[in-house]
Amino acid sequence: MSLVEETNAELGTPLVPLLPGSPNAPLARPDRPRSRGRLIWRRLTQTSRFWVGAIAIAVILAWALLGPVLYPFDAIERDPLNMGLGPTQLHWFGTNGIGQDLYAQTLVGLQKSLVIGLIAGPLGTMIAAVVGSVAGYLGGAVDRVLVWCINLLLVLPSFILLVILSPLFKGLSWVFLTVFIAGFSWMIMAQVVRSQTRSLRDRDFVKASRYMGVPMHRILGRHIIPNVASLLIIDATLGVVAAILAETSLSYFGFGIRAPDVSLGTLLAEGTSAAVTRPWMFVFPAGVLILTLFAVSLIGDALRDAVDPTSGVNRD
Amino acid sequence: MTKLLTNEIPAGTPRTDAPLLAVTDLSVTFPQRGGPSVQAVRGISYQVHRGEFLGIVGESGSGKSVSSLALMGLLPSSAQVTGSITFGGRSLLDLNDRQLSRIRGQEISMIFQDPLSALTPVYTVGDQIAEALLLHDSALSKRAASARAIELLQIVGIPAPERRARAFPHEFSGGMRQRAMIAMAIANDPLLIIADEPTTALDVTIQAQILEVLEKAKSLTGAAVVLITHDLGVVAGHADRIAVMYAGKLVENGTTDEVFASPHMPYTIGLLRSVPNMQTAGTQRLVPLEGRPPSLTALPRGCPFAARCPIAVAACLDTEPVLLNHAPAAPGTPVAGLGETAHVAACHRAAEIASGALTRPDVFPRPEPLAVEHRDRDRHAHPVLTVTGLVRHFPLTKGGVFSRQIGTVRAVDGVSFTIQPGQTLGLVGESGCGKSTTILEILEMTKPQAGQILIDGQDVATLGRADLLRLRKDVQIVFQDPMAALDPRMPIGDIIAEPLTVHGVKPAARRARVAELLDLVGLDPQMADRYPHEFSGGQRQRVGIARALATNPRLVVLDEPVSALDVSIQAGVINLLEDLKEQLNLSYLFVAHDLAIVRQIADTVAVMYLGRIVEYGPVAEVFANPRHPYTQALISAAPIPDPVIERSRKRVLLEGDLPSPTEQIDGCNFRSRCPLYALLPPQKRALCESIDPLLSRVGTVETACHHVEHSALLTAGV
Amino acid sequence: MVFYIFRRFVNYFFLSMIATCLAYIVSSLALDPAAKYYGRNPQPSQQTIENILNGLGVNPDVPVLQRLWDWLVNIVVHGSLGTGVNGVSIGDQIISRAGVSLRLLLIGSLIGAIVGVTLGVWGAVRQYKLSDQVVTYGSYLIFATPTFVIGVLLMIGATALNGAAGMQLITFTGEYSAGLTGSWGELALDRGIHLLLPTIALVLIGAAGYSRYQRSVMLDVLSADFIRTARAKGRSRNSALVRHGVRVALIPMSTFFAYSFGTLVSGSIMLEIVFSFHGMGEFALNAISQNDINAVAGTTLFVAILILFSSTLSEVLYAALDPRVRN
Repeated sequence: MSLVEETNAELGTPLVPLLPGSPNAPLARPDRPRSRGRLIWRRLTQTSRFWVGAIAIAVILAWALLGPVLYPFDAIERDPLNMGLGPTQLHWFGTNGIGQDLYAQTLVGLQKSLVIGLIAGPLGTMIAAVVGSVAGYLGGAVDRVLVWCINLLLVLPSFILLVILSPLFKGLSWVFLTVFIAGFSWMIMAQVVRSQTRSLRDRDFVKASRYMGVPMHRILGRHIIPNVASLLIIDATLGVVAAILAETSLSYFGFGIRAPDVSLGTLLAEGTSAAVTRPWMFVFPAGVLILTLFAVSLIGDALRDAVDPTSGVNRD
Repeated sequence: MTKLLTNEIPAGTPRTDAPLLAVTDLSVTFPQRGGPSVQAVRGISYQVHRGEFLGIVGESGSGKSVSSLALMGLLPSSAQVTGSITFGGRSLLDLNDRQLSRIRGQEISMIFQDPLSALTPVYTVGDQIAEALLLHDSALSKRAASARAIELLQIVGIPAPERRARAFPHEFSGGMRQRAMIAMAIANDPLLIIADEPTTALDVTIQAQILEVLEKAKSLTGAAVVLITHDLGVVAGHADRIAVMYAGKLVENGTTDEVFASPHMPYTIGLLRSVPNMQTAGTQRLVPLEGRPPSLTALPRGCPFAARCPIAVAACLDTEPVLLNHAPAAPGTPVAGLGETAHVAACHRAAEIASGALTRPDVFPRPEPLAVEHRDRDRHAHPVLTVTGLVRHFPLTKGGVFSRQIGTVRAVDGVSFTIQPGQTLGLVGESGCGKSTTILEILEMTKPQAGQILIDGQDVATLGRADLLRLRKDVQIVFQDPMAALDPRMPIGDIIAEPLTVHGVKPAARRARVAELLDLVGLDPQMADRYPHEFSGGQRQRVGIARALATNPRLVVLDEPVSALDVSIQAGVINLLEDLKEQLNLSYLFVAHDLAIVRQIADTVAVMYLGRIVEYGPVAEVFANPRHPYTQALISAAPIPDPVIERSRKRVLLEGDLPSPTEQIDGCNFRSRCPLYALLPPQKRALCESIDPLLSRVGTVETACHHVEHSALLTAGV
Repeated sequence: MVFYIFRRFVNYFFLSMIATCLAYIVSSLALDPAAKYYGRNPQPSQQTIENILNGLGVNPDVPVLQRLWDWLVNIVVHGSLGTGVNGVSIGDQIISRAGVSLRLLLIGSLIGAIVGVTLGVWGAVRQYKLSDQVVTYGSYLIFATPTFVIGVLLMIGATALNGAAGMQLITFTGEYSAGLTGSWGELALDRGIHLLLPTIALVLIGAAGYSRYQRSVMLDVLSADFIRTARAKGRSRNSALVRHGVRVALIPMSTFFAYSFGTLVSGSIMLEIVFSFHGMGEFALNAISQNDINAVAGTTLFVAILILFSSTLSEVLYAALDPRVRN
């Protein structure tokens, strides 16, 4: 339930409060005309999850960028004196069987995985926003065709589709892999955007614009997309997680990033065979990966909570 | 009203008995994450005696529902409840959930506002009623409970109860669901029934039926009833006592006659004066009750109503008044000394009001009509809107891949009307009668399936894109729900300017126009950069009106423009609409279900039933002398906030619900519910059964009924 | 209601068939079945390669739609999915491997669903309490961990456990211990132990998803008016939540079941590979690396049929749970 009609109203969510607990927001607030964005930001910054996630991600990003610069070894160079060694002061994460430094390799892999995730996640969301809002707003035949396409793509799990397609981008750069990952990760969000658009289309403020003669692209841009923006931001955030997961899984099984490129997935594939005997080869890259994804998930979850007006209130 | 009691109370029980329910100093506070807590209820006390009918009246946020949920123990666990609630000798606040659950449904039962969401969608109605029985009687067999459930459905007037008991809630209409809720509530012969806005979601005709059932339930069980409502009309005819709540406080409590005849609290006076009364509507301006209740998170010192009170004095801003008896006989006596029967009010100036030193017009004077010199209306100009034979049918299909048409929804089935410049047409009818589809057809400006729409004499079906865009300037709409009608992401200045952007008005000109429009609707032009959520419901509706006026339209379609607003706000918006019409020579197409408001604002009225107009004529004539049995029933179902009139009125009650518009009814489609048809001899009925009546003119009014001349039969009280 | 489900089934049937055909076309275009022969030493003659490819029905010189048609005709007329590059019938290979995959998938997803739904309801009822927070963060941690990492970490853990116990408590490579002989019971136990770790991994993945979704659905239901009505009738809070709340909250779960099944199929395929099961995952992996078009198409068909059945099952569940869709 929500006792905070005020918050409901600000968030524009058509929630029927269980109790008419408080009247509308007091008008006497000339000093802080709060927009929805500021409200979400305030709620977001009040949650500890968000700060933990954001600080962790900031540290990880800085580390991935600066770490290799501040470290004496690079990812390819071999140290013949220290082959297959556990973590030491010299090689922080140890070395692999041929003496390459794992710390350096992990950072390079992290860079690649982050870049792929940060591109593919938002790209998938953009596709979802366009397809979903157009299908939902237009309805009729366009909608049926698009929905049919979405369902078709959803029949097979996207991991299996990507595996089948993997020979296609075998010889190509990782950019194509990124595009493919984005190309198979937008369907569910597109369905959500579509159903939101359908309900928004019947909301009075959209009807009002239509009756005034506002053209479709402007209604989508001015009314529909801003009203699903919060969903899209959450999806883009969690999309980063999904894209990195897809990349590492594909690379792990040999369908994604291939030598000479290195990603966390390829590192983990290398580390698995020795996982039991030389656990550092697996545990360090896995730890960095999980930490990164967990931090992004925390931000996504904190965002979802900040957007959901009923969060933080006991609903019983 | 106590004479209704037929059982339960042994004859001669003195009224001085301990009350059935005694609420003393009840407060409910909801703590909020990262903010001040909400003080929903602040120390209220009232009592309910056996068999008594108490009406609790208040606007949204007054704490009326919260206080009732508190006594049921149904508040969220985060709520902090203090004070005491004594029911039948037990202190309810001291009981845990398990102990309370034995009282709930057995001794106290509750009826909620929205009967669809209040029933579990996955169980049959019969099972849900039987559940109420089985929970409190472990000896009862399942079979006996089902049989009793069917019996209860019969009592609350559900036809074919055996079959209906096996139906799921979604297969019931709104009225039937509420009947089922009442059946559930009376299943265990409770001592107290709490009805929380039981008719708010329903049409007036259904509301009248449900209130009738509630009265029947009360007389059968002898239970006391607490009816929570915002509608003074609803309590006027039914309640013995009335308690008025404002900002979490009880501000007035007395018998229905006392409160209506001589209210002591300015808020009650304002409410009573602001509500349009169907008997007097249209003859005088409404009295607005400006402002809005204070935020429950930041209550002012002193009287919470002071900011809106025209007679507030210094003391009102300083100390909050307590409930006292101000009757001339015993002025200033505290409640405790006098018992629960006294008429009490919480106001520093109540004594002056009670003694007659301050009259009701002194407190809330009736505003003067706007002095606008009447322009010479060109009587020969063509009508702003002419609709002729408009038809909108929807195919009803079944099946996904290979869908087939299984019927037709006759949403609009041949509707004709005309609106002259500067005139207001009121379109009334129950929900589902086709009034919304009618206005959507007009606003879509596409070629209708059949019939013709002329705007300013131009047929919309023949116009090109550019002409249509130009025509859109002349027709604008104001929606029912002012929150939904304004994009929450835009400052209101941009919202109001949006129609102007379509027509290529320059930014500087737009800004000037927005300021002008805000001023016109009574808002501060400085507010243009604020967002919709910063405004109250009434203010948002003013923003919606400003947007509609931006392009200087000739016709404004008003789709239930005040029905989502609190009663006290409605009058202000209606007055504004009337002023604007005079100032700008606007025409209105006013869609509403509230007949009093239609009578107040409209010049002509069209009554719709199942896609047709059944009565059409000047407002004064139609309301004074309704000819169609449906119009009569609508007018008689609308409650009037005056207990004297309410009790003496003869009601024309309609049977059942609005039939589905897919049904093909031969002859007159109102036949299935027509109270007149039921009275007619068989040879006269034949006409109704075979021939569809057309609108025929008698004097200034057109009516679609074969037996208009017999319509007096109904009001004669046969 | 039967008609409704039948219609949905037909809809899914066409979707999965079209998806399979598209997958056939894509893999035909993406894979080069001749590559492996060119790499051989001595290289077979062009004619031999042509003959082999024609025999398999994967000759790139034949138009892909023609090959698709032949493949479909072969399925319908002979009930055959063609022959793999190793010369063994694809159908036979799938039959011998499907059992391994289905056992893991079905056991894992069933337990995962039950655990997830239970945790979700519990988390919703105890919202913001410590136990709810633990479940929430636990599921986020699982979401943040790739499936194969969960598998490998479980293996590392099991090895450590075995080391600590000083004996092979948990064996985890393959579906059974090679060369083990013994009674039927001992063999079953051996298989059960081998299934333990991948099942735990799959249950974790399933439960994480189900619990999050069930929790949010349940939270919506907690504030529903009908819960209040049930309590007003005389049910205690917990009784109302179980009898009315959980029952209604299960309705959207039936839809989520269909969505999540795809994830579980991918997850179980990955786990099979990690744990060296000779199941469909390994089959698909080999098919791609050996450019075996028929095997890839067969795998796709297998997955499409799984999805077809799970989607239909979810519709049946939906109709069974929600009277509003039956008519």
